[in-house]
Amino acid sequence: MTTLTKKADSVATRTLKKNEMLYFALRNMKLRIGLGIVLFFALLAIVGPLLTDYRPLAYVGPPAQPPSSEYWFGTTTFGQDVFTQFVHGLGATFFVGIVGGGLGTFLGLLVGFVAGYRGGIVDEVLNMLTNIVLVVPTLAVLLILAAYLEVRSVLSESLFIGMFAWPWAARAIRAQTFSLRSRDFVDLARLSGMRPLKIIFREIAPNMMSYLFMTFILQFGGAILTAATLDFIGLGPTNAISLGLMMNNAVLWSALHLGMWWWFIPPGLAIMAIVGALYVMNVGLDEVFNPKLREM
Amino acid sequence: MRRYFGRKLAIYALTFFLAVTIDWLIPRLMPGDPIRTMLARAGLRAEASVRMYTYYTQAFGLDLPMWRQYLNFWNALFHGDLGTSVWLFPTPVLQVIARAVPYDIALLVPAILLSWWTGNKFGAFAARNKRLDNTVLPIGYILTATPYMWLGILLAWALGIVLGWFPISGAYSYALTPRFSWTFIKDALHHWFLPFASLFMVMFGGWAIGMRNMIIYELEAEYSHYLEALGAPRKLIRKYAYRNAILPQVTGLALQLGVIVAGALATEIVFSYPGIGYLILKAIENQDYFLLQGCFLFIIIGVLLANFIIDIVYVLVDPRTRAGMQGEAA
Repeated sequence: MTTLTKKADSVATRTLKKNEMLYFALRNMKLRIGLGIVLFFALLAIVGPLLTDYRPLAYVGPPAQPPSSEYWFGTTTFGQDVFTQFVHGLGATFFVGIVGGGLGTFLGLLVGFVAGYRGGIVDEVLNMLTNIVLVVPTLAVLLILAAYLEVRSVLSESLFIGMFAWPWAARAIRAQTFSLRSRDFVDLARLSGMRPLKIIFREIAPNMMSYLFMTFILQFGGAILTAATLDFIGLGPTNAISLGLMMNNAVLWSALHLGMWWWFIPPGLAIMAIVGALYVMNVGLDEVFNPKLREM
Repeated sequence: MRRYFGRKLAIYALTFFLAVTIDWLIPRLMPGDPIRTMLARAGLRAEASVRMYTYYTQAFGLDLPMWRQYLNFWNALFHGDLGTSVWLFPTPVLQVIARAVPYDIALLVPAILLSWWTGNKFGAFAARNKRLDNTVLPIGYILTATPYMWLGILLAWALGIVLGWFPISGAYSYALTPRFSWTFIKDALHHWFLPFASLFMVMFGGWAIGMRNMIIYELEAEYSHYLEALGAPRKLIRKYAYRNAILPQVTGLALQLGVIVAGALATEIVFSYPGIGYLILKAIENQDYFLLQGCFLFIIIGVLLANFIIDIVYVLVDPRTRAGMQGEAA
């Protein structure tokens, strides 16, 4: 994210034609690989539940079976089908990423735009707020929040995560807005009597579209990792399955000692692959949007 | 510089104030009744349960008006009274936490400092070096995308269970008692290694990538091109680039602290390492809300302290803050 801040200026000044951008996007290996992996898992999350006859938490077979043609990823100590849990968990992961990451990005945008455009006392107050939420360790607050909730859903988890994930996005967007605010074209819009909200969305936002998109990708990955940690600690959804919860169960019921690798390897591997692919995608996008970074 | 520290301290004070308020507020806002849950677990007879309920309500001051409860909460806090643990009844929460904190420090401080230092050096070394860049970059991204606990689980399984090189649970063997002897230290280090290694590896990836990207931006900066045009040796240009690139990495460390702490908590749970993370797991399993709230406060205090230390370091490495100008982090 520090790298993003640095190139704040160059994003704004660039005027690349759309199709030229698309050309570089399609040619970019990193973007292609990253997007491919993310889409693969997204597809698996959608199609997967149709491929199994089981329900994620139902006891369906003999306990502790290694992967076989009947149970593709084996079964848990209780005879639950790991593959079914895995694909349903993938769905929850994408849900958290989209809702949590989306909310984080949205709040970041809101605070960043308003603080950066308004300046003055509004900026001071919002900046203070941002700095406070920034130093508070997110997980500690989520912990306290989640522990007192008797029933937790994937949605409430995502919303909580989004509510505490926005500060760095707000900070970066504020800095960008700040630098754009005094440009001639913004002054012109102001002189012509455009309302501030319209100026923000018509004049300022389009100039940092690429940047906003990348912020969303990073928020998406961050939300997934936070959710996995929360689930693993045992504060995940109470009425659903998630990848973090699978790992939590595996460790709790000593899958390690019993050598049941099929229980704990797939969920972590999927998270790593998805988040890693998102990061690589981000680097690819960076190169697409910023010609300086293309092959040296 | 006074302005810089003044601002920072104001933010930390406000953060602490808000954190304590949240700590006080959430249990009272949330649905459910911790005392009832606690008593339900004890499985008392009906009349005994009612008496216990009134006793606990009075003992914790829950029958007082809200503002009184809030003031009492602060008062107790300043007297180091965080309540009594339900899980380890009747040990005070503060004592339970005080026993766990050394393990956290032993795990976190070396892991953070070593990964930061080596990650930065390595990232700087790999930048603009085609062969290294093509290997370091993917590995770095894979590492930094790995959930902390999963790497811990993998290491525990591969090196602990399959190969049997390391113990995978606890901070020392059950046969030993903590004391200052060679056997104990060796045993403790043996237990410490895997959790340390998993934390170190995940963080290392992040720092290496961050540094590599920063160096590339610095090498594109005007002063680098100017130096190049003057015919300065590559080594000198890189040295200057490194010095400039290290500043955002210091800020990055402060920003990442929350994530690192979360990772450490999860890692401790994997290895049953008796730090705060393990306490939190036990507190959740036993519905020990006092312990959970105490852990929350301790994490906040720890993170705020660490932030303050980083601020001081920032002043030391960035001359602009000392000269009264605003540095990047101000």
